Amino acid sequence: MRIPLLRLVPDETKIDFVQFRRFSFPLSAILSLLAVFAFYHYGLNLGIDFKGGTIIEVQSKAPKVDIAGMRATLEKLELGEVQLQQFGANEVLIRVAQQPGGDAAQQVVVTKVRAALGDGVEYRRVEVVGPRVSAELLGYGIIGLGLAIIGILIYLWFRFEWQFALGAMIANIHDIVLTIGFMAVTQIDFDLTSVAALLTILGYSLNDTVVIFDRIRELLRKYKRLPMKELLNEGVNQTLSRSVITHVTVTLALIALLVWGGRAIHGFAAVMTFGVVLVGTYTSIFIAAPMLMYLGVGAHREQNSTSDNTPARVTP
Amino acid sequence: MHLSTWRAFAIIVFSAMLCALAVPNLLAPATFDALPSALKRKMVLGLDLQGGSHLLLQVDADFVRKEKGENLRDDVRRVLRDAKIGYTNLALQGLTTSVRIREEKDVPEALRKLRELSQPLAGVFAGSNIQDIEINENGGLIRLTISNAGIIQRVGQSVEQSIEIVRKRVDELGTVEPSIQRQGLDRILVQVPGLDNPKRLIDLIGQTAKLTFRMVDLTSSVQNPSPDSEVLPSNEGQQYVIEKRVVVAGEDLIDAQPQNDSRSGEWVVSFRFNSAGARRFANATRDNVGRPFAIVLDNKVISAPTIREPIIGGAGQISGSFTAQTANDLAILLRAGALPAPLTVIEERTVGAGLGEDSIQAGIKAAWIGSIFVIVFMFVTYGLFGLFANIAVAVNVGMILGILSLLGATLTLPGIAGIVLTVGIAVDSNVLIYERIREEVRGGRSALSALNAGFDRALATILDSNLTTFIAAVVLFYVGTGPVRGFAVTFGIGILTTLFTAFTFTRLLVALWYHWWRPKTLPI
Repeated sequence: MRIPLLRLVPDETKIDFVQFRRFSFPLSAILSLLAVFAFYHYGLNLGIDFKGGTIIEVQSKAPKVDIAGMRATLEKLELGEVQLQQFGANEVLIRVAQQPGGDAAQQVVVTKVRAALGDGVEYRRVEVVGPRVSAELLGYGIIGLGLAIIGILIYLWFRFEWQFALGAMIANIHDIVLTIGFMAVTQIDFDLTSVAALLTILGYSLNDTVVIFDRIRELLRKYKRLPMKELLNEGVNQTLSRSVITHVTVTLALIALLVWGGRAIHGFAAVMTFGVVLVGTYTSIFIAAPMLMYLGVGAHREQNSTSDNTPARVTP
Repeated sequence: MHLSTWRAFAIIVFSAMLCALAVPNLLAPATFDALPSALKRKMVLGLDLQGGSHLLLQVDADFVRKEKGENLRDDVRRVLRDAKIGYTNLALQGLTTSVRIREEKDVPEALRKLRELSQPLAGVFAGSNIQDIEINENGGLIRLTISNAGIIQRVGQSVEQSIEIVRKRVDELGTVEPSIQRQGLDRILVQVPGLDNPKRLIDLIGQTAKLTFRMVDLTSSVQNPSPDSEVLPSNEGQQYVIEKRVVVAGEDLIDAQPQNDSRSGEWVVSFRFNSAGARRFANATRDNVGRPFAIVLDNKVISAPTIREPIIGGAGQISGSFTAQTANDLAILLRAGALPAPLTVIEERTVGAGLGEDSIQAGIKAAWIGSIFVIVFMFVTYGLFGLFANIAVAVNVGMILGILSLLGATLTLPGIAGIVLTVGIAVDSNVLIYERIREEVRGGRSALSALNAGFDRALATILDSNLTTFIAAVVLFYVGTGPVRGFAVTFGIGILTTLFTAFTFTRLLVALWYHWWRPKTLPI
């Protein structure tokens, strides 16, 4: 008895992904512009890691929280901008903007809020980040993203020709730009966890791109005279099944985190899901690989190409 | 698919050993404590999972700089006076003290004496012959400047001393396993598990607790204090003129305890001086019966009682409308000693035990559900080979947990997310291998040759694709703090174990299966 195995992608595909660039390149260009626009128009919703300030998460001991009353109580404290956000029936996230007066002035917020809310609530989380730390963390975040991009670029440059490294980099920046646009539109808190998500997206998206590039490089060695366009298509098609299957497994893991992982990592999971599930794989297939057409990969062997040899799948 | 027996054996033993390292995490605390110390290693739950308080403190470097400058000026004055060298224009500006020597013939002697103030730097600068004070002279004007390295050394010493004092203060709170570490040049990271309101801790740490016993100056007024006195407020807002000269300081205390005074019913702090302090205090009180003296804490007068009789036993009480709590806290501060420089809390992150417990539950649930999703999907897609992949992933997670335990790493909620993601990504190595095998089979190869080619060709790709992700994880480790760093750790280790299992364990499983069954076709 044999149970047929699941084949998400048929054995032999001949999809003209490279031709698809006429559609995918403008699409990505428009989306990227929209993302940049969203970034400037809405801005990122900087979390306290980068903006400083105070977050207090409380759970009321009563089954239902009186959020209006709480808001009124807290506004009387004259702490500047105070935001309240309700979760479920009895949980409230209180955000208080950074207080003027440097690091020492921030501690007052917690003391005042605790005094005002009294014993009616349980304090589930308190975070206070002073101006010095927030400025440093923002610096670290930006430097980190920059370093990761440079580090990966150097690695790819050593392992592949520079054209591949450049193509992967453009694809990567595309991913990051779109994800930042997503965060601007949804106004998800941009904090250290988001930087972690961005770096992971970077790593994952590259992982995908590298697998396809690896195959293209292999084909370049094997088929000296195959036109570039067909060769790129061949590379993407041969790895398509793997791309789809891995995509599914990562998506499954991310969905578990998104749905069951708890609110503390919800923002992280959401950004990851957007970056990996919606953008990453699309980029590798529709942007990174077709991009190689323009970067002159294997240009030196193009002129004498005649389409005389269609590749067999694998030459033994 | 050839694998020598001893290699197979080595792979299995190594994998099993790494997985076994995770076992101590599952043991009951009593069993764990009974383990030999070499095996007593397990993961530490991050504060976001077990609840607790994380405080980042910064030593006030400006204070250190100012104090060091003033000390140098005072030293210069003392040295020149002791050597009976005439001088004028002694002035302090920033870190530089300048002084003009009156008689030119005294200049070499002054320089020789002042050079003795300068000392070679210790610590990282030791042996480099760099001095903490730079001295130069020009036409009788001597300038002494504290070098940058000197300040860095002094700040470093302040941090080290502060850590000891903060540790004593935190220990008095009776919390479990507080961690107090130096961070960077001028910071201290205090992590106290299980503490859900750090207010009292912050109050305790935030006080310098510099205690002095001094005489009240009755000869000058608040409006016009004499140059040897200063005006200090009391907690009740009263002003006192207090002599600058210190009779006894907090360093001379050997004990301090809160006490309920049986006569008045008030809370007081009783203390004892060491012998030197006791002698000085006895002399001072004997000479000043009938005059008030002041107990000054951090430039505030706690109380200013009148001396009724000489206090010769070296013991006494501080009263000042204390409650049981404030008396206790003051006693703690006095026992622990004064901070060399003020500390400021620049970051606080506190998680209540309730949220921590919820996060653990959520993290474990997400990990199980995510793993089950992936396992089922892999089995449906690759059948028997999917099963191999699943075994490899299970071993992979076991090894991640084992390595985390070996390192005593901190497991945070993002760290759990890192493990879940690793499960999603680890199977990718198997997918790459299996897809390659499928291709080779389609290309007409025999079972054995397809297996060999599949593994050989996929491994290069696996290495490339995982190393790029690993670079991102390493960067994240250096950039991130706290929970995020926890993510970088599990994600990074996950990549390494993934590489290991892909190169060894999966291959071993497939090889064993092939040698057992000798199949003509592959069920893939």
